[in-house]
Amino acid sequence: MSPFLTLKNGGSCSMSALPQCGMDEFRSASLQAVNQEQCRVSAFFALGNNCPQNTQKGECTKEVEKSLLVEILLDPQQKCLRVLSTEVCEKYPSLTAEAPAFHWFERELFEETGILPEGHPWLKPIRFADKNREPGVTDYFTMEGEAVHEVAVGPVHAGVIEPGHFRFQCMGEDVFSLEIELGYQHRGIEKMLVGGPDVRTTHILETAAGDTSVAAMLNYCGILEALCQIEVPARGVALRRIALELERIANHIGDLGALAGDVAFLPTSSFCGRIRGDFLNMTARLCGNRFGRGLVVPGGVRYELDKAGAEELLKKVQVGEKELQEALSLMFDEPTVLDRFENTGVVSTETARQIGLVGVAGRASGLAVDCRGDLSENGFVPAVEQGGDVLSRALVRRRELEASLAEVKGLLESLRGGESRSTAVLPTALPNDTLCVHLTEAWRGEICHVAITDGQGRFRRVKIVDPSFHNWFGLAMALRNQQISDFPICNKSFNLSYCGHDL
Amino acid sequence: MFDALSARLSQGYRTGAFPPAQPNLPEHFAGRPVVSKDVDVESLQPICPTGALCRDCAGASAIDTGKCIFCGKCAEVCKGISFKKEYRMGAMHREALLATDAEYHPEEQLDRGIARLYGKSFKIRQVSAGGCAACELDFNVLNTLAWDMGRFGIQAVASPRHADAILVTGPVSDNMLLALKKTYEAMPKPCLVIASGTCAISGGIYATSPQVNAPLDGILPVDLYVPGCPPHPAVLLEALLRLIAIRK
Ligand code: SF4
Ligand code: SF4
Repeated sequence: MSPFLTLKNGGSCSMSALPQCGMDEFRSASLQAVNQEQCRVSAFFALGNNCPQNTQKGECTKEVEKSLLVEILLDPQQKCLRVLSTEVCEKYPSLTAEAPAFHWFERELFEETGILPEGHPWLKPIRFADKNREPGVTDYFTMEGEAVHEVAVGPVHAGVIEPGHFRFQCMGEDVFSLEIELGYQHRGIEKMLVGGPDVRTTHILETAAGDTSVAAMLNYCGILEALCQIEVPARGVALRRIALELERIANHIGDLGALAGDVAFLPTSSFCGRIRGDFLNMTARLCGNRFGRGLVVPGGVRYELDKAGAEELLKKVQVGEKELQEALSLMFDEPTVLDRFENTGVVSTETARQIGLVGVAGRASGLAVDCRGDLSENGFVPAVEQGGDVLSRALVRRRELEASLAEVKGLLESLRGGESRSTAVLPTALPNDTLCVHLTEAWRGEICHVAITDGQGRFRRVKIVDPSFHNWFGLAMALRNQQISDFPICNKSFNLSYCGHDL
Repeated sequence: MFDALSARLSQGYRTGAFPPAQPNLPEHFAGRPVVSKDVDVESLQPICPTGALCRDCAGASAIDTGKCIFCGKCAEVCKGISFKKEYRMGAMHREALLATDAEYHPEEQLDRGIARLYGKSFKIRQVSAGGCAACELDFNVLNTLAWDMGRFGIQAVASPRHADAILVTGPVSDNMLLALKKTYEAMPKPCLVIASGTCAISGGIYATSPQVNAPLDGILPVDLYVPGCPPHPAVLLEALLRLIAIRK
């Protein structure tokens, strides 16, 4: 019998109903699910004496007592989430060697709690959250030999972009390995959320990754609405989906334009830069903010869109779509561009599966990972490409753009009257001692929020797993045996979030 | 090539007319607020996520736009607060960010030497230090042909040694403090320091986190504050031009 508890997306369970088993069973069940049953790791973290709320109060002594290791797996076959937990003291046998998708999670766990995943092949911090540790100062993979050299880049990069540190081990132009050290954007968000919900909670979650505000708020509101049994009116649902797709569209356009820029194909780069802005302005038309801040609220959306507004928006989408098609066909019909994209930065399907890639990068490597279809029976068909290269990542975006544009147009055309926001008021406290989990397919990939409340109905823990958390290692893999000069286009083709990872 | 040319023709010349024309601001745009005298800021404080409701030195009710993230929650419940379309929010002095009901005039650049120094070429090194990346994304937008800040001689550069100004976004996370200081030290002096976005000005939504070091003006001498979360591209561009006294 499976030890897991299954939940639907947005499902919750009381902490006392959380299934718990011994470490051996926990390990074998997890490994079987991930390696044989196509489950992917959505969250894996410890809750207990060393969890953030204690460290915040200065109670953390690093002497680990018993903590609860909580795991959430996404099961695309059963279209549900699986939850399991086990007790752990100061160490346990690592899962990474047998299921590399746990690699980053175990590093995070060790950094946050000091619980040692014994036998982890490369245990170093991912965020350098400890004030006593200098960021980026740690062991790195090195190579020896006469023609070998190391290239270190960042934290401050050449462009206007977030900080991170990249170390390449090269022989001439060829990269043998790339290691990525992050954490420069760490603001301690998860600790700030403890004790909520309060006046700051939505704003903190909206800015966890500032280019994914709408998806993050949809996800968080999904949790609140599930916990408080609030029904969002149909019009609110439609307006939210419009905003979510506009966010996807703007970002995908920006990424394709940036790819064009990196191979010096200026027409598409300039057109896309401007068209992306036009779509951000459409989001601003909905709520005044180009990133959709403040639009999604528990129970629905905060701003109304009148009939004239919807028509105006529809026209803008149609114009934008036409201009975009022209800008994109220029690039995708250009042999010199395709030549640079094809077979560059390949992540094979097998590697992608093992390391647990999600979202655009996962789909470009032949994995049908998309929680829009993986968590409900809606017949959703994800855009999957097989190449695993820069071209595939570009093509996935292009196909998703088409689908999202069609969706937004359809939603705008069929927008009905009625309420956009439920009149139900949020209770001041949430249900006590409850775990609730929600995933949303944002433009980069799936965001997972796990909220656990305490005896007073306040947040004891809010675990955020940004899609970039799963995918940074994929970028490192993509660079193996590539020319270092291909780093910019490989990087852009992933376009991962630093702050979403660093939180 | 012909396809590219015909695409160029059909896409047309698309750089906005701002400036000198007024920028196209969205309907719900929240610019500098007006706070009437009778607003009881103390009673509203619990609903503000960043503690931006305050009083100025004369005791008048105010919103500190250096702390405000323009969420509009206060204006929803209080008639005395209204967010206007005023986008000229950048200021060279921190006090000027306090919005009351007094008539507002954007600060002028008083240093006449500045226009001579930077008038036709102003190079900016941007550093992200914490934050959510939206501030740098909307700075990047000034480079697209919709805003084209290059037409005023403003350009983002890679090396701090080539930079006339450093534009900092984010609340200066612990892990970026050293890199930020090193970048500043590498710049030729004199140079200007720009705090762009609520995070850099005051820490914004993260101000209470023990892992951030905002305000930026406690670390570097700030010459320009640009409010917003993130500042709209029009807000930022207008403030930059005013800082270096470029007449539009
Ligand atoms: S709009 Fe500004 S002052 Fe008003 S509640 Fe929001 S952050 Fe506070
Ligand atoms: S000011 Fe707002 S938009 Fe800018 S970095 Fe901070 S949270 Fe993000």
